[in-house]
Amino acid sequence: MTAETIIQSLASGLLMGLLYGLIAVGLALIFGLMDVVNFAHGEFLMIAMYITFFLFAFFALDPLLSMPLVAAALFVFGAVVYLLIVRFAVRAKANAGMVQIFSTFGLAIVMRGLAQYFFTPDYRSVNHSWLGGKTVSIGGIFLPQPQLFGALVAILAFVGLYFFINRTDFGRALEATREDAGAVALVGIDKNRVFALGWGLGAALVGLSGAIMATFFYIYPDVGASFALIAYITVALGGFGSVFGAFAGGIIVGLVEAATALMLPPALKSVGIYAVYLLVVFVRPRGLFGSM
Amino acid sequence: MDSFHQRRRRDLFVAFIFAGLAALAPLFVKDVYVQNIMVLTLMYAALSQSWNILSGYCGQISLGHALYFGIGAYTTALLFTKFGVLPWFGMLAGGVISALIAMGLGYPCFRLRGHYFVIATIVIAEIGLLLFHNWTWAGAALGIDIPIRGDNWLTFQFTRSKLPYFYFALALACVAWFVTWWLEDSKWGFWWRAVKDNPDAAESLGVVVFNSKMGAAAVSAFLVAIGGSFYAQFVSYIDPESVMGFQFSLLMALPAVLGGIGTLWGPVLGAVILIPLTELTRSYIGGSGRGVDLIVYGGLIVLISLARPQGLVGLFSSRKVPAQ
Repeated sequence: MTAETIIQSLASGLLMGLLYGLIAVGLALIFGLMDVVNFAHGEFLMIAMYITFFLFAFFALDPLLSMPLVAAALFVFGAVVYLLIVRFAVRAKANAGMVQIFSTFGLAIVMRGLAQYFFTPDYRSVNHSWLGGKTVSIGGIFLPQPQLFGALVAILAFVGLYFFINRTDFGRALEATREDAGAVALVGIDKNRVFALGWGLGAALVGLSGAIMATFFYIYPDVGASFALIAYITVALGGFGSVFGAFAGGIIVGLVEAATALMLPPALKSVGIYAVYLLVVFVRPRGLFGSM
Repeated sequence: MDSFHQRRRRDLFVAFIFAGLAALAPLFVKDVYVQNIMVLTLMYAALSQSWNILSGYCGQISLGHALYFGIGAYTTALLFTKFGVLPWFGMLAGGVISALIAMGLGYPCFRLRGHYFVIATIVIAEIGLLLFHNWTWAGAALGIDIPIRGDNWLTFQFTRSKLPYFYFALALACVAWFVTWWLEDSKWGFWWRAVKDNPDAAESLGVVVFNSKMGAAAVSAFLVAIGGSFYAQFVSYIDPESVMGFQFSLLMALPAVLGGIGTLWGPVLGAVILIPLTELTRSYIGGSGRGVDLIVYGGLIVLISLARPQGLVGLFSSRKVPAQ
């Protein structure tokens, strides 16, 4: 193993990690807002990838161009899921935690079933997109364009999210609702509206990642499952409740995955991520940047 | 207190009636397909009841119990195929190994709370799955084909009839139910509920929280592993995905959640409704491979969990479901 191979795979790992961060940040945002873990998060990603695919297949719209459309569609979808399901799940007086887990998990199964029904279990891919299959060479290191672009979008999304939460009225309403939903109601902010918008925003971020993922990953009804666990680990590693933690968690997961792939056979590449998650929470039961 | 003990006596009485009726069921049901569903229903009732001890009563939600199910299945199958050890000893060994592993894992994991704990259980089971996938001696991804060495209770293999499996599954479900019934009124049962409701308050009142969790984990893992051993004998072929996959962790949790988590009858009720429904939707509308069974199944989970967060068990009972 040469130094070049190591640098090469760590660089790819870093890019992939930023993308993992982008996939996970919606989950972290929603959790931070209302302490709910969306167990259909992977399926949100799946839907985003299918939308990207169909826009490409029917309208020849490149994923780069359709990205805002996908994000917008997912925004609506996220808000609707909140209004139709999650709004009622959080009202449960008994077993609140279980109800949230299983209502969103049931939704995940329904979404997979619907995808199988309407899109068939076939594997799809977006061929010949502007980014797909191309690499850039930076100082002798070859970086795949989709991942590089994804990393850039992830960084921009995090910066954007930071300003959005701290500098806009809606961001402040989000933050205030997170701290004390009861008090917020007293000053005339509709809690449900804020939560719905929070779900929309979280889903829109998944939409961005889905559009990018579609350029280099196969699209099939179960695709979300592979990324959902990584997303939960990313969020937990960074610490539930911390949006910045998801960013850091993503980078760590990407790097650890790349490092494991160098040392262990490919079949075991996830073991590294799992082991690092366990090590981190055994030492710090609140994740790296968890606040509570 | 009196009504509590009256209720317990009534529960025991009702359980005897149900078990008796179930034992007579094969007299009327000759269809092998239906018998198969009955075996699975009883097995899931037993598994879910065992899962409920740790996750329902003690409140430590595990979505990684497939690990213990798989260890039970693998221990029995490996001891039998590699060393000719009878499944009955394999079953016991699998149970003990699982209980020990549960306590070994509990040692670091029980410091975690909430979602951190849930994710840790998923991750640990996934590590187990990956290890078995790559463990050549244990058949790796191909799994183990358990050779038929008899048609009797000694080797616990039956080629002509499903009835012996049915009666074993019934016995296992009864044992899991009885253990839960017995623990409900024991010192452990009260400790567990205290730990679930408020671990800090429980600790300050002298409950050894950590030991309570370890006890629940050991009992729960032991019983689930017995279920895994049984399953290996029942299907006579196992591979990592089919006994240790994440779906088993969920399938074990669902009956208890839908029936009523942390209740005595929840897992039984959930399994009786859910498992036949799963099997029937799979065979009648799942055959098209177009996912309609998933839509029905998932939709049902959403509806029940939203409509009856305390589980279905309350519908059949005049008394109040224990406060969660």
